[in-house]
Amino acid sequence: MDYLYELFILFLRSAFVENLALAYFLGMCTFLAVSKNVKTAVGLGIAVIAVQFITVPVNNLIYTLILKEGALSWISNDFKNLDLSFLGLISYIGVIAAMVQILEMTLDRFFPALYQQLGIFLPLITVNCAILGGSLFMVERSYDFPQSLVYGIGSGFGWAVAIAALAAIREKLKYSDIPPALRGLGITFIIVGLMALGFLAFSGV
Amino acid sequence: MAKNSAGELIVGPIFKNNPIALQILGICSALAVTTRMDKAVTMCIAVIFVTAMANASVALIREYIPSKIRIIVQMTIIASLVILVDQFLKAFSYNLSKELSVFVGLIITNCIVMGRAEGFAMHNTTWDSFLDGLGNGIGYSVILIVVAFFRELFGSGTLFGATILPTGPDGWYTPNGMMVLSPSAFFIIGIFIWVLRTFHREQIEEA
Repeated sequence: MDYLYELFILFLRSAFVENLALAYFLGMCTFLAVSKNVKTAVGLGIAVIAVQFITVPVNNLIYTLILKEGALSWISNDFKNLDLSFLGLISYIGVIAAMVQILEMTLDRFFPALYQQLGIFLPLITVNCAILGGSLFMVERSYDFPQSLVYGIGSGFGWAVAIAALAAIREKLKYSDIPPALRGLGITFIIVGLMALGFLAFSGV
Repeated sequence: MAKNSAGELIVGPIFKNNPIALQILGICSALAVTTRMDKAVTMCIAVIFVTAMANASVALIREYIPSKIRIIVQMTIIASLVILVDQFLKAFSYNLSKELSVFVGLIITNCIVMGRAEGFAMHNTTWDSFLDGLGNGIGYSVILIVVAFFRELFGSGTLFGATILPTGPDGWYTPNGMMVLSPSAFFIIGIFIWVLRTFHREQIEEA
């Protein structure tokens, strides 16, 4: 029971306190570029949750079974001291690219409606830093497999909430009078800053 | 694309066509490293190296990359360069690499690197691409260093770890704690863009 409780806390922490977008600035490019209206933002958010939920655990398996020092000792004792973790970056990005591709094909085959909705966002996710960041944080904090499942879904969820909220604010912004030089990108940065301040309040929880 | 002179290729991206302020590229991995100058400068050198080298390598083999798998090819080149940087940092300044934690790795998904490789290096000569990468890396560094300057100076009263504004019981300066936290980076960039666009009025967006 205690373990489940810990997992729940981990979910809350990864979603709110350590929000990938607002506390670690991850996935900012898409975060700023695709937040002009709520509908697309939510679509992208869902795609990120799905990809994060798959790639973080898969990368966790790859790390523990192949890359970690001594991980290959199940093949033969000669590999006992082999440390492949320097190959980490290149294999994670490969896994992410492959997973996104597979997810895309699966959705196309079984859920065409959802596939149509997500459209171009799926391939874009490959280069979203939030995804790679999630995997790297998972390795750095040495989560085990269930933890990485929870972390994947939690961090994806937090990112989705943040982008949906930002999109909602930006929709309302159309009606406000902003100094010309601050219009567009400038004001968006300042809003994101204010949102980040808001999310900081969660760190007391 | 018109022929550009070498100088323009380097200087253009710094103010006129700044990758962060104008193209919204590559903000992802970077802002978290701007709490201190030494971290920011290390990050900048790493990014300049990776953008310049990745651009040059992609341009070198641009004729041979099949267009269908070009993203994967570019990714592999970039990832290999980043691994180089990562291993180098681990070997020569281990503490710094610990503090930068995952953000060195995240240079891979830094949209500047990818964006320039895809947008420029695929259609230009190797030398031009190298200069373009250099310029964009520097343009990115300028913002990073400006942000880090303000955050370290006002957040902890130091620059590169040396005391500028004395704090503590004998000092007169009370550190502004918010500067160390993440929101301040957004504010500073927002204001930077504001100032930049006040002088370069053609960059103003119609909203």
